[in-house]
Amino acid sequence: MEYVSPEGLRLDGRRPLEMRQIKAEIGAVSKADGSAVFEMGNTKVIAAVYGPREVQNRSQQLSDQALVRCEYSMANFSTGDRMRKPKGDRRSTEISLVIRQTMEACILTHLMPRSQIDIFVQVLQADGGTRSACINAATLALADAGIPMRDLVTSCSAGYLNSTPLLDLNYVEDSAGGPDVTVGILPKSDKVTLLQMDAKLPMDTFENVMQLAIEGCKAIANYIREVLLENTKQLEGAGSSSGSTSTAYVKSSAPGALDAELMHKFAFRGWIMCLFGMIKFQTLGIPCLSIF
Amino acid sequence: MLQNKSFVRKTRQGKVVKVVREHYLRDDIYCGAPFCKVCDSSAARLSSTASTILIVDTNVVLNQIDLLENEAIDDVVILSVVLDEVKNKNLGVYNRLRALCSNSVRKFFVFSNEYHKDTYVKAMVGESPNDRNDRAIRVAAQWYQTHLGDATKIVLITNDRDNKRKATEEGISAETVESYVKSLGQPGLLDLLAQAPSEDVAKEGVEDMRPSKKKIIYSEHKPMSEITAGLHRGIFHQGKLRVNRYNPFEAYVGSESIGDEIIIYGRANMNRAFDGDVVAVELLPQEQWHEEKSLSIVDEEDEEEDGIHLVPSSADDAPRVTNQIQGSLGNANSESSRPSGRVVGVIKRNWHSYCGSLEPMPMPAGTGGVAHALFVSKDRRIPKIRIQTRQLGNLLDKRIIVAVDSWDCLSRYPSGHYVRTVGEIGDRDTESEVVLIENDIDARPFSSQVLACLPPLPWSVSSEDLENPIRQDLRHLRVFSVDPPGCKDIDDALHCTALPNGNFEVGVHIADVTNFVHPGSPLDDEATQRGTSVYLVERRIDMLPKPLTEDICSLRADVERLAFSVIWEMTPEAEIISSSYTKSVIKSCAALSYVEAQARMDDSRLMDPVTADLRNMNALAKVMRQRRIDRGALTLASAEVKFQIDTETHDPLDIGMYQIREANQMVEEFMLAANISVAEKILTHFPLCSLLRRHPSPTKEMLEPLLRMAAAVGLNLDVSTSKALADSLDHAVGDDPYFNKLIRILATRCMTQAVYFCSGDLTPPEFSHYGLSARLYTHFTSPIRRYADVIVHRLLAAALGIYKLPGVFQDRPQLTSIADNLNYRHRNAQMASRASVELHTLIYFRKRPTDTEARIVKIRSNGFIVFVPKFGIEGPVYLTPRNDKGGGEWLVDEQQQKVKKTDGSVSYGVLQTVRIHMEVVEPQPNRPKLQLTLI
Ligand SMILES: [Zn+2]
Repeated sequence: MEYVSPEGLRLDGRRPLEMRQIKAEIGAVSKADGSAVFEMGNTKVIAAVYGPREVQNRSQQLSDQALVRCEYSMANFSTGDRMRKPKGDRRSTEISLVIRQTMEACILTHLMPRSQIDIFVQVLQADGGTRSACINAATLALADAGIPMRDLVTSCSAGYLNSTPLLDLNYVEDSAGGPDVTVGILPKSDKVTLLQMDAKLPMDTFENVMQLAIEGCKAIANYIREVLLENTKQLEGAGSSSGSTSTAYVKSSAPGALDAELMHKFAFRGWIMCLFGMIKFQTLGIPCLSIF
Repeated sequence: MLQNKSFVRKTRQGKVVKVVREHYLRDDIYCGAPFCKVCDSSAARLSSTASTILIVDTNVVLNQIDLLENEAIDDVVILSVVLDEVKNKNLGVYNRLRALCSNSVRKFFVFSNEYHKDTYVKAMVGESPNDRNDRAIRVAAQWYQTHLGDATKIVLITNDRDNKRKATEEGISAETVESYVKSLGQPGLLDLLAQAPSEDVAKEGVEDMRPSKKKIIYSEHKPMSEITAGLHRGIFHQGKLRVNRYNPFEAYVGSESIGDEIIIYGRANMNRAFDGDVVAVELLPQEQWHEEKSLSIVDEEDEEEDGIHLVPSSADDAPRVTNQIQGSLGNANSESSRPSGRVVGVIKRNWHSYCGSLEPMPMPAGTGGVAHALFVSKDRRIPKIRIQTRQLGNLLDKRIIVAVDSWDCLSRYPSGHYVRTVGEIGDRDTESEVVLIENDIDARPFSSQVLACLPPLPWSVSSEDLENPIRQDLRHLRVFSVDPPGCKDIDDALHCTALPNGNFEVGVHIADVTNFVHPGSPLDDEATQRGTSVYLVERRIDMLPKPLTEDICSLRADVERLAFSVIWEMTPEAEIISSSYTKSVIKSCAALSYVEAQARMDDSRLMDPVTADLRNMNALAKVMRQRRIDRGALTLASAEVKFQIDTETHDPLDIGMYQIREANQMVEEFMLAANISVAEKILTHFPLCSLLRRHPSPTKEMLEPLLRMAAAVGLNLDVSTSKALADSLDHAVGDDPYFNKLIRILATRCMTQAVYFCSGDLTPPEFSHYGLSARLYTHFTSPIRRYADVIVHRLLAAALGIYKLPGVFQDRPQLTSIADNLNYRHRNAQMASRASVELHTLIYFRKRPTDTEARIVKIRSNGFIVFVPKFGIEGPVYLTPRNDKGGGEWLVDEQQQKVKKTDGSVSYGVLQTVRIHMEVVEPQPNRPKLQLTLI
């Protein structure tokens, strides 16, 4: 099967190094402490975060850090064939675990001992790359809930078909049976929190493919930052009606500059900090770190 | 820009599912014209002075690919919508079109209109996919016209009347293929045009000359919807149609749904299906199953008789087994259990072009006009094809290539068009080329890109090669090679050193082809495509260019050469104690022929070191061979023929059976051992992507003719395992010395051929090689002439950590397709060799009518098939004249495998020796053939 035409186009019209259209929306579930919808092409995932809150099951309580729980599910209507998806099957248990571990690595859990954070992710529409979309949605929801984090963890996948590395596989490409490398990174520190592949690749090819996935993660991180900034601005506008700050920085591609600007804003807008969990930072006496 | 494509699809379970796919539209797709000022022209393919640019529609590509391949047609834009449609309808044409688009000489440009933001069209409500695609083509044509301006004329070529009308209405200039070709003013091109089916514009203006009422010969094909429904409900069965190579009126459809082969008798039941077509078949009522002959042939004027041909060397070459009973005798009902059926529809056509000649016919009055002629393919499985030509006089005595266009149920024969001329019939060069074309063998000289990959000549082992840590210096070893006389591409050499501890160090050194053929280079791509060298009687078509095969890689005597070596330590009982693999530098001290090697071993006076090595090796080989046979390996026999060719005229001077000596077997034994060792090594390292060779066990049905024949001569063969069969073959000794060999030849032809496969595609129990009785097997020892060995060399090098494994090994589907291609090429190479031998046999007997001895191998109602051991050929001997079908004078005794005269005076039984006369006759001018008659 030809997944990349000799003209260099993939089946859906993308070039090998292009990502699908991504779209994020914060605050989709008003009852939750934080929530987000994340779309990568036709893959659509909703995430809701509750917490930090009291641990429901006392026996699971951890005295030195927060308990992170994650539940992943797929809506029955998420694929075309409308199958009833049993809850807790092996695949969803595995993905729940993957998401939990990835998010745990970036949440500053030691700041919230004896508490519990629940992350619920549900796939509304599946078209390949659900794992990555879930992680991205969870990141946004956590940020929305104001949970303190080391960095925004983002995820993206890349594959290798027709001897070409391909970014962000869709369902058709995913089911081609080739290698599918899912990577999650902390973009600022360039640390990898998730790396999965269920095929064999020679080392140098693998490095290329993984590098491509990392580039994808970074692009997503930039986008997520923009979304959060936009969201912040709206909230800011609602709070002080001084939403006239220029949008120039949104386009800035240097993450450093972006963060400085953000930090600056946070320093002056106490209630936004509250929203992002900054207050908890301070009450706990931790030096104020950027959540980005 | 984002568009969602949504369509409804049926899943395998029959559920209807809506499928939604994303579809991105872009603004960075360029027009491909170098003179365009807007677009990026780095990838432009069209000529810089193009005044007319052609846009073709799908049917034009599908039907007129021969025309498009002609150099007169250029500056063509292929739209991606057309490419996709072509790909879905006919992969063969798609590949040819792709080749055109990537050929740097031709000016074909692929425009991805489906992804361009201005040319993408969304299906309108109620619009059929076909109409939508036609509209997409028109929109793209329109876009090109506005994009490139008035200086360039865009012409849409379509034979669809409706499409043409709409295009003209929309202001696009549109033409039919015929009118465009006529406007080019090259009448020769018109012969290349496919005969358009009547519903197309082609007949526009031209009077329909056909009589309005024509007899319907074939039943109408069922519409696709009915076929799918029928398949789903189990009324119809889907499968690939295979026409019997030896009886074109009999075909088989392997059906998964009933788990058996459905037999189709006669052209009427085949209902216009060609060999290789995927068809839907309906079973006939059971009471009609055995009525084979009576309803088989639709008043076809003459049933082609069995020709003389080479003895088949495996089941794949042999005529298919069906019950040979002619239905005339009492036991006709005994074997009517095989289902027979008829074709109700063709799901996928396998039409391509065919090689053959025109049926002799008188010149029609008034030369120069259009004549209708019948084309007879060399491949007997293909029916005659009706073509139109303006150059009949030219073509009558020529071998020509013809492509099929259509076959409607009103015509007895399919219609097609002339593609090109090969040469004169009967001319040896022409016939040899026909052999190559028929077997899809690329005999063109290597391109300059390929030749550029060769190292500069004269080549010799460099100091870098010697210093390379991966390469062991084995020049001190006494290495020699043993090959057929006159062999120039020596790819294996051996050495055998006695060790102080009484053991032997035995090495097999194989030419290090992968040192020169690098993965992904044009040379490698070409070799992948060719797959194997092809050996014809008078010439060899190399897989790799000559400097490599005959010089740089060839392990000739007294020169230093690079090799890939397998070295064992063996006990005198030929037990392998250790094996090692290494790249090496060797210097062969002698290039012996089999005859020379044999003579040295036999001559007890010779005591030189090489002869001593030969004797040691021969002793080891004998032990190994015995052990292999004990394990159950079959010693099969084939009737290989050897020609002595006149060096000047290339005509055969003498012909005889190939003699196999001990020296052959010795070399073969070590090659087998090396192949098995390497197979084990690569499989442990690469369990999922090794290229291995397997030989499936023959099924009961395949062995049935052997058993039936053996039973008739009172022989009991046990075929339960290969070991049992090998033993019973050993015990099959008749009253004459040739009997055992004959039985072995007959057993060999019951087996299928061994095939290459990718180890990830099958489970380990399926890996085994039946004939060799080996658990694993691969090809390592002939990389100069087989591409499989090149792949295995790379795998072995990677297993040793010398080189990295090329990327293709990660891509299992691609690896599988390479293995499939290798199997296809191998099969074709063998067929071509056989055809070449047949051709030369014919040339040989043209001037030499001969009387000789023959053995009966099969009984027919009006004669029998004989095998001529001396010349390795097989053919029919008729007891009654051919047009008198079985006349009643002769009776077949199925049980005894005998044909008797009704009065019991004469009878012929299977395996009986008869004397025959062989002579070349010419029943029709320019159509010589060999005829066997009983003396
Ligand atoms: Zn342009």
